[in-house]
Amino acid sequence: MSGYWTALRAIVLREALRFVHQRERFLAALVRPLVWLLVFAAGFRAALGLSIIPPYQTYITYETYIVPGLCGMILLFNGMQSSLSLVYDRETGSMRLLLTAPLPRSWLLFCKLLGATLVGILQVYAFLAISWAFDITMPPAGYVAVLPALLIAGLMLGALGLALSSLIKQLENFAGVMNFVIFPMFFLSTALYPLWKMAESSTLLRDICAANPFTHAVELIRFALYAEANLPALGWTGLAFAAFWGLALWGYDPARGLVRRKG
Amino acid sequence: MRAGIATEGVSFRYGRKEVLNDVGFSVERGRFAALLGPNGAGKSTLFGLLTRLFTTPEGRIEIAGQDMRKTPRAALARMGVVFQSTTLDLDLTIRQNLRYFAALHGLSGRAAEARIDAALERLAIADRAGERARGLNGGHRRRTEIARALIHDPEVLLLDEPTVGLDAAARAGITDHVHRLCADEGLTVLWATHLTDEVADTDRLIVLHEGRIHADGEAREIRGAQDLRTCFLKMTGADEASA
Repeated sequence: MSGYWTALRAIVLREALRFVHQRERFLAALVRPLVWLLVFAAGFRAALGLSIIPPYQTYITYETYIVPGLCGMILLFNGMQSSLSLVYDRETGSMRLLLTAPLPRSWLLFCKLLGATLVGILQVYAFLAISWAFDITMPPAGYVAVLPALLIAGLMLGALGLALSSLIKQLENFAGVMNFVIFPMFFLSTALYPLWKMAESSTLLRDICAANPFTHAVELIRFALYAEANLPALGWTGLAFAAFWGLALWGYDPARGLVRRKG
Repeated sequence: MRAGIATEGVSFRYGRKEVLNDVGFSVERGRFAALLGPNGAGKSTLFGLLTRLFTTPEGRIEIAGQDMRKTPRAALARMGVVFQSTTLDLDLTIRQNLRYFAALHGLSGRAAEARIDAALERLAIADRAGERARGLNGGHRRRTEIARALIHDPEVLLLDEPTVGLDAAARAGITDHVHRLCADEGLTVLWATHLTDEVADTDRLIVLHEGRIHADGEAREIRGAQDLRTCFLKMTGADEASA
C-alpha cells in the first residue's frame, strides 16, 4: 500500500508546486469571481429581489446569495483548467511519464484529480477570505463544514474535466469545449439566481437548471456554508461524480488507446 | 535465459490503417538493440505498446520475463523509459523532478534521496540539483531524463528517439553514454532512431519499415560490405538522405 501513498503524495505535491509557480493562474482564479462579486452583484442587487429561502433565515443581499455559486465557479474553472493541462501534458509527454508508473491507471488518475481539486479548494478559501474582508460573512462553523462539500463538488467537476480531456484529441479543440461546457453549466444553474426566480421566466429553464449537476454542487456548498447538510444535493453530486469518473476511466482505458500517437 | 525484451506477433491498427504487422523480436539481456526505421515506420506506436500507454489484442510482449498482458505492473516496474519529447517539469528543480519520478515508483525518504544523489553524481550536476530544469541545456536535460529513468534500477531501458533536437556533439555524447551504461550495468537497451550513425557495428539491429521487421541481427552482418546508411536507404526505398 505504501507505493500507492507515496505516489499520491508526490502527485498532489507536484500539482501544488506547479500552481505556486503559476502566480498569474492564482490571480486569474481570484479576480474572476471577485469581479462578479464586487461589480456584477453590486449592480444587480437593486434589480433582483430575493425572498427568504433555505438555508437563509433572513433577507440576504445578492452578494451573499452568489458567494456559493462563485465558489462553484472557481472549482469549475479549476477543473477545466486542470483538464486543459492534462491535454497539454499528453501532448508534451509528462502524462506518459505518469501513466507508465507501475500502479493501476485508475489510481494514478485519481491522484491527479485529487491534487487538482485540493488546489481548487485553496483558491476557494482565498476567495472566501477576501469576501469576508468585504463584510460578506458566513457563520464560523460554515467555513469548516464547507470543506467536505468543496471536496465532493471539486472531485465531480474535476472528473468531468478529466472525462472531457480524454475525449478531446487535440489542444486546439479545447477552447470550443470550454465554451460549450463552462458557460452553459454556470448560467443554467442556481449560481446566479434561485430556481423559483428562474421558473418565473421559464419552467423549461428551471427544469434544465434542476438537472444540471453544477446546480447541486452549488446548493451543496450553499447549505454547507451555513453548516447545514443538503442530502439530495449531496446525492446528485455524488452520482454525477460516479458517472463522470466512470467516463474518464473509460476514456483513459489503455485498450481504447487514447494516448496513441502515429509514428 | 529469458530475454530482456520479447515481442511476438504484435499487430496494431488505427482504424483501418495497419501500423504494425506481426512484429516479433527478442533482445537478449544486457544487449544494446537499435530499432531503426524511417519516420512513420511504426516505432512510436511500438513504444506505446511496449510501455502500455495503449494495448493491442494481437500479439504478446514480455519485459524482463514479465508478460505485459498478465502482469503489466511488474513489467512496468522493471522498465525505464525516455520519451521522445521532454518530460521534465521545467519549472521544478532537478531534484524535485527526480523525487517525483522516484515516488511514482514507490521510492521515498532516504532510499530515494540516496538514489537521487547517486544519479546526480553520475551526471556530475550534484551542485545544480537545486536549479530549475529550465536552466539545463538540451543535452543535460536528456542526460537527466536518462538518469531519472534508471533511479528505480530497471533491467530494461527504452529510449524513443532520445537525440531529437540535439546538436551533433550532444547526440554523440548521449549515444556513447547509453552504450556505456549497457556495457557497465548490464542493462537491456532498446533505442529507437531513424539515424544510422547512432548504431554501432556490434549493436543488435532491428529495422522496422512500414510496420514490419525488415532485418534483425548484428548491425555489422546486416550491412555487409556497404555502409549502414546505404544499406538502410536501400532497404527502406528512401531516396532522401535520412542519416
